[in-house]
Amino acid sequence: MVVVKLILEITDLAIEVSGKEILSDIDLYIGKGETHVLLGPNGSGKSTLFMAILGFPKYKVKAGEIIFKGENITNYSTTERVKMGIGVSFQNPPAIRGVKLQDLLKIEHGETDEELSPEMMDLVTKLKFDDRFIDRDVNLGFSGGEVKRSEILQLLAQKPDFIMFDEPDSGVDIENVELLAEEINTLLDKEKKPGMREKSGLLITHLGYILNFVNADTAHVLMDGKIACSGNPNEILEDIRKEGFKGCVECCNPIH
Amino acid sequence: MLQSDTLKKRAEKARKKKAALGEDIEIEKFEQEEAGEHEEIESLEELPEKHKETILKVGVEATGAGRAGSFLQIDQTGVCTSCSSESIELMNMKNALEKYDWLNDYMWKAVAVDTDKYTAETALRESSGYFIRALPGSREIFPIQACMFIGDTNVSQTVHNIIIAEENAELHIITGCTTGSDIQSALHIGVSEFYLKKGAKITFTMVHNWAEQVEVRPRTGVILGDDSTYISNYILTSPVRTIQSYPTAYCQGENSRTVFQSILGGQKDSVLDIGSRAILTGKNSSTEMISRAVSKDQSQIYARGHLAGKSPDVKGHLECMGLVLSDDSLIYSIPELEGSSTDLELSHEAAVGKIAEEEVLYLMSRGLTEDEAASMIVRGFLSMDITGLPPELAAETKRMLDLSLKGM
Ligand SMILES: Nc1ncnc2c1ncn2[C@@H]1O[C@H](COP(=O)(O)OP(=O)(O)OP(=O)(O)O)[C@@H](O)[C@H]1O
Ligand SMILES: [Mg+2]
Repeated sequence: MVVVKLILEITDLAIEVSGKEILSDIDLYIGKGETHVLLGPNGSGKSTLFMAILGFPKYKVKAGEIIFKGENITNYSTTERVKMGIGVSFQNPPAIRGVKLQDLLKIEHGETDEELSPEMMDLVTKLKFDDRFIDRDVNLGFSGGEVKRSEILQLLAQKPDFIMFDEPDSGVDIENVELLAEEINTLLDKEKKPGMREKSGLLITHLGYILNFVNADTAHVLMDGKIACSGNPNEILEDIRKEGFKGCVECCNPIH
Repeated sequence: MLQSDTLKKRAEKARKKKAALGEDIEIEKFEQEEAGEHEEIESLEELPEKHKETILKVGVEATGAGRAGSFLQIDQTGVCTSCSSESIELMNMKNALEKYDWLNDYMWKAVAVDTDKYTAETALRESSGYFIRALPGSREIFPIQACMFIGDTNVSQTVHNIIIAEENAELHIITGCTTGSDIQSALHIGVSEFYLKKGAKITFTMVHNWAEQVEVRPRTGVILGDDSTYISNYILTSPVRTIQSYPTAYCQGENSRTVFQSILGGQKDSVLDIGSRAILTGKNSSTEMISRAVSKDQSQIYARGHLAGKSPDVKGHLECMGLVLSDDSLIYSIPELEGSSTDLELSHEAAVGKIAEEEVLYLMSRGLTEDEAASMIVRGFLSMDITGLPPELAAETKRMLDLSLKGM
């Protein structure tokens, strides 16, 4: 048996938002080099889990703990978690007036020069942006697709060890989903053999169109704030497509 | 140096007249230095290194590179006047008054001599300040730089400037006002009168960087002829004791236009009372006022704006955004719209709030600490795009602004 080193261990987690319990009994173990998918209907708590792992203060941990790289990070600030190697792309990031995308890229890539490095400029071009675009205020007036591409571009600058993507494909056209998927594969070391991968990920998606291009190791279905089912992504997706989320969960044996 | 007895009488009568706004300053508390206390120099490069560094922080380049001319007043003495542009006359006010009799027709026409004790004080003291005149039809893209410098502690500095842009002239001015590094307290009174003839354009970009105990009372009036444009940019982000200023633009000419852009950062105990006023009497005249204010520590910022539409087809818009960063600080936004004619369009939008937590968290999720995130947002908020400047000057102004924001 191959022993997988775990990068993220969540046990018995319960999360409360504004005095209301949104998540409970969450167990989630992600091994180094693995990509997991989180599926579930609207309002089931996917983004809540994402924010809780990221450590946003509004998401209060009522029970359980979050271990990252063997360290208990349950009480760590978002900054500390990110410095340890967590990276994210948001579903709906805020626009910040006067803060240019370029300014962020420099910080994320650890650059101090006035001009962006040629290496970063290549990535900018790869994501179909140009120097005029990166001079714009971050997310201000960006189209839906531009927001998603800018989030992925920032992750490419950061190169985190564990990346969470909250619906990177929603509102993105087919051509751009393929482009994003390609970059997500790069971020998650997919060009390497499974045992050799260093980077891990948690991919939140609704219907999983992006899964046609990004291979995942395990899928979890979140229903009403609980993980109702975990297993092989293809089988689970197949079930959901045939029977809907309810039907899928009924025929599923939760692994914990 | 008042030529007319009536002006003198009016000034004397207003000697004790409190200003309509702002804390009343006891002018007598400050020392009156004579003109001539400081030695004249040929070029700003003769200044001691530490003064050069100080004036650079307010955008005044001692080498004069990229400038059409330079003026420096230390305390009450005009110490340097140099101009390389053929299309601009730059002089000490004293010399200008000796040279041009007609200049008296421009004295105290855009600012009333008896506005308050500060204008009266300026009128009754020795002439100082500068005279700038852009010749008809000229277009100098390099700015004149003027610096008002307080070099001795506890002095009262009075300045009276007259700026004239003749028909179809384009003139750019950068003004930096600052104090020597060892000065704590002082009083600065700066009267500036602008006259724009038909088709003229003036941009006036001012950076203030005073010491913590300095009282500042600028008094500014702008008279605009037909088709003329006046653009004022004001930046203050460093601590000061109090400043009260309410420049007024009289848009008398048809199609005349003014833009006021201000960036205000309140720190420590500073009280900033800054407004802009436009009296729109010219047909089709217009104004735009944009301000960004951030209050820290115990600072108080009063952001005023007054748009008076007095003839048909005038337009005006005022936008004031404020961020309150500490519980002990205050931003008070006072927009006033006054319409006294039909068919006019005056509007304002004001928003005062705190830093959006969502934005801080977004930046924290990119690895910034909470403080780093907050200061990046504040700098972003204040670094508005200053419009209306030629490209080189816009880049220069951006650099000046970035420098000012470093201290926030
Ligand atoms: N601040 C809040 N106060 C009260 N309820 C909240 C708050 N934030 C989230 N919720 C609730 O928590 C539940 C889970 O929301 P969440 O955003 O995690 O769902 P999701 O699975 O990401 O949905 P979607 O697929 O639409 O993105 C929803 O019912 C939502 O209304
Ligand atoms: Mg969501």
